[in-house]
Amino acid sequence: MRALLLRDVRLAMRTGGGFGLGLAFFLILAVLVPLGVGAEGGTLGRIAPGILWVGALLACLLSLDRIFALDHEDGSLDLLATSPIPLEAVVAVKAMAHWLVTGLPLTLMAPGLGVLLNLAPAAYGWLVLSLLLGTPTLSIVGAFGAALTVGLKRGGLLLSLLVLPLYVPTLIFGAEVVRRGAEGMALGTPLALLAAISLGGVALLPFAAAAALRVNLR
Amino acid sequence: MSIWEYANPKKFMQTSAWVLPWAVGLTVACLVVGLVWGFFFTPDDYKQGSTVKIIYLHVPSAMMAINAWVMMLVASLIWIVRRHHVSALAAKAAAPIGLTFTLVALVTGALWGQPMWGTWWAWDPRLTSFLILCLFYLGYIALWEAIENPDTAADLTSILCLVGSVFALLSRYAVNFWNQGLHQGASLSLDREENVSNVFWVPLLVCIAGFVLLFVTLVLMRTRTEIRARRLKALLARERVA
Repeated sequence: MRALLLRDVRLAMRTGGGFGLGLAFFLILAVLVPLGVGAEGGTLGRIAPGILWVGALLACLLSLDRIFALDHEDGSLDLLATSPIPLEAVVAVKAMAHWLVTGLPLTLMAPGLGVLLNLAPAAYGWLVLSLLLGTPTLSIVGAFGAALTVGLKRGGLLLSLLVLPLYVPTLIFGAEVVRRGAEGMALGTPLALLAAISLGGVALLPFAAAAALRVNLR
Repeated sequence: MSIWEYANPKKFMQTSAWVLPWAVGLTVACLVVGLVWGFFFTPDDYKQGSTVKIIYLHVPSAMMAINAWVMMLVASLIWIVRRHHVSALAAKAAAPIGLTFTLVALVTGALWGQPMWGTWWAWDPRLTSFLILCLFYLGYIALWEAIENPDTAADLTSILCLVGSVFALLSRYAVNFWNQGLHQGASLSLDREENVSNVFWVPLLVCIAGFVLLFVTLVLMRTRTEIRARRLKALLARERVA
């Protein structure tokens, strides 16, 4: 399993396009929003939590179809399916690799973009914490969506239609944590719920994703 | 004799052929009685005027939009557990109907909201969760359309329906948390002190019954169509081989 994790991370970092692309997209979004909304600091600061969360979500979406599609094309997914590791574990490891190369860098990058968007100083810690708790959900839900659409020719667009509604609870709680953090309000409840969704997703979704993969590999 | 006998396509076609005319008749009767009664023979509300009559379309379609998803969930579970094709096809048949009910509920809600709240749309929890429900329906239908092999499509959409149900529920309560709403609370529950007045309540019940029957009728019809389409495909395939 560790070998698989390392292999996936290496592949993601060395085959250009996937790894840096999400981060670059996140950066561009943070530049474009002020251009569109106007440079007035108060407005930007107010919408910054939402923009950063939506940006992280969309940046995550960009690389989702790579989780299984490339392995499906060259046949290594079939090998993984017949390997002694259960398919559920394969899904979990691949989602984790995806998180390591997108979710984690996004989390680390977000405070820098927060500066660009004039985020309130009190909110930076909560921004990092909420992304740290929330981005694993994005990866695991994305892996589920990728498993559903892996056999399709043009699955990318369908993938986003399937996955984005599933991101709704995470987005709501994540952005709420940052917003409350910025305003100095109590934020225990949304933070706990965000973590709960993450834990529940990581615990249960690999089974659904593996079931979908088995159907697609039949 | 068990209920699973009706999962046999042949038996299902026979039974539904017998049931369908009755279902159509009852649907028409309920809808005509309920809507005519509701539109023409109930008084105007003292505050809302005649706009209150949108309730006869809005509430039943909103209820059926949710119930259609529940029906799809049950049908998907049956397909996953017992692999009855009729069940998968019924889930497929129900999705566009559920989507339509969702849209009807949203549109009538907007028409009602404009004079009452002064806005077509507000990011109210109920409204928002209906919009999200609409997205779930779209994704489900799109997945059915995208996959060639019918069995694969049935499996994958069933899995999506199960996972989607969990997330739809989560979204429902997350949205509640996110914003307070304009929409009124439940006022049709049987165990409440304060409810809609009986003058509106009784014709509304008839309308709800009519919408349930409408849903059942449409699902039966569309499932029959799906079964016929499946048979046709099999026949064509056989001809090509021969």
